[in-house]
Amino acid sequence: MNEFWEFIENNLQITYILILAIFVGIEVIKSIPAVLHTPLMSGANALSGVVIVGAILVMLHADPTDYVALSLGFVAVVLGVLNVVGGFAVTDRMLQMFKRKK
Amino acid sequence: MGVLLNIIYLIATVTFIVGLKMLGHPETAKKGNLIAAAGMGLAILGTVFVHELEVPPLIYILVGIAILIGSIIGWLIAIKVEMTKMPELVSLFNGFGGASAALIGLVEYGKNVTNATQSLTIVSGIIIGAITFSGSLIAWGKLNGTLKSVVRIPYYNIVNNITIIGIIIFAAFMVASSVDSQLFLYALLAAGLIYGILFVLPIGGADMPVVISLLNSLTGIAAAITGILYNNMVMLVGGILVGSAGIILTVAMCKAMNRTLGSVIFGAFGGAAATAGENKALGSIKSTTASDAAIMMNYANNVVIVPGYGLAVAQAQHVIHELEGILIKRGVNVKYAIHPVAGRMPGHMNVLLAESNVEYNMLVEMEDINPQFSNTDIVLVVGANDVVNPAAHNNPASPIYGMPILDVENAKHIIVNKRSMNAGYAGIENELFYNTKTSMLFGDAKAALTDLVAEMKNI
Repeated sequence: MNEFWEFIENNLQITYILILAIFVGIEVIKSIPAVLHTPLMSGANALSGVVIVGAILVMLHADPTDYVALSLGFVAVVLGVLNVVGGFAVTDRMLQMFKRKK
Repeated sequence: MGVLLNIIYLIATVTFIVGLKMLGHPETAKKGNLIAAAGMGLAILGTVFVHELEVPPLIYILVGIAILIGSIIGWLIAIKVEMTKMPELVSLFNGFGGASAALIGLVEYGKNVTNATQSLTIVSGIIIGAITFSGSLIAWGKLNGTLKSVVRIPYYNIVNNITIIGIIIFAAFMVASSVDSQLFLYALLAAGLIYGILFVLPIGGADMPVVISLLNSLTGIAAAITGILYNNMVMLVGGILVGSAGIILTVAMCKAMNRTLGSVIFGAFGGAAATAGENKALGSIKSTTASDAAIMMNYANNVVIVPGYGLAVAQAQHVIHELEGILIKRGVNVKYAIHPVAGRMPGHMNVLLAESNVEYNMLVEMEDINPQFSNTDIVLVVGANDVVNPAAHNNPASPIYGMPILDVENAKHIIVNKRSMNAGYAGIENELFYNTKTSMLFGDAKAALTDLVAEMKNI
């Protein structure tokens, strides 16, 4: 339990940001028409691919001889980019269809 | 860390918030998606190029190759996929994100094992990432039909709960003892993967959108946790945004289906098979032909079309648009009634109909169309079942009891197109089909509608 308080103490800023971000997320999503639920889910899914930043950091920090770290990092980057690029592209395709074609 | 990189991350974070906000409005959604994508691109480029690390060229090349491979595959999948396959695709992409988070944890654990805070974030990242990965793959398999049946391990609730509690205790032990054991690390990963499978396997297909949305939210949380590890704000805020937005979306979907999140996770659709058997004595069904249906619709004033997933599977969204066009030319007032969970995900049906150029303002949502059914001459139900099942109103024993439905039985006449008399996705018998006002038009949605269009043209 002590460690928990210590963590809060040492990471006060992060804790604040964390809690504020939760509320921002809730507010931003509130009252969205059901029509947009699918593209929204898909767009949010692409955003969760932000984990790619961590995967790139793993590779940049890795020792060039640490093949395990490099290969795990490599796979992590590939999968992360897949999530990001695929997610945004597919959301765009979906939203394209909502545009009125006359 | 360089000030420039932090500014880049700040800009990216703002684009995420603005983008997500704009995604929530029909006029700005497309732009919002592009803004968020641009921010993500900026964050990725900044991470690769703006830092004070000494990175050997070989690693740069590897990072470049990885990004290139991921982009090409992701892009190809995205532009090739059929719109009907959208839910499983979101699930698949989501699984990849989770896997990425888990892999990061695997690499970082050994370096941070002595710091309790760091190892706690890493261990949580691995568990959540693993659960999302295997869970999303199971959801993907269920939606694309590879995994057909609902698999129920005996006492699966107890088994699942013991598994997750066991994982948490084991993880806590790893953090507290700060042992640097690769064996333990991979055991934890395996346990997370197993739990993901156990978690999604017993959940019925009808609840899958809720599960995907929940897993999507979990991936966001995994990303945020990894952000804490690196003290990286774009990951932290981006991840939490998706995490909380995902929860809100999950709750919204549950509401649309009148289910609580608890009943989805701990399973109440299990009784479905049992109730299906006892409803044999519902009466007789009346079948009709395309030409009879065409005549009826031709001379109607108000027609409401209820599209369901069956329409999407048969790729009949273009034919239905053609039918609608003919009816309008004949002076019939046509509307589409869209149930919030029509298709496989909320909003899925809107995407599919938009794909075949159906006018946006012809799609009427459930709350607005329900009072209008009493003035409707003919309801044409195409490939929908559970969302028009009156059992949701009048059979407390039914698993879907209480779910908001389209009140099509209030219309003067109902034509139901269905492949056969099989029960719907939730596996429940539908007494609507036995209603005296109902005529069944059997056949594949596309074939039946094509016949209907041909007959309409002959009139």
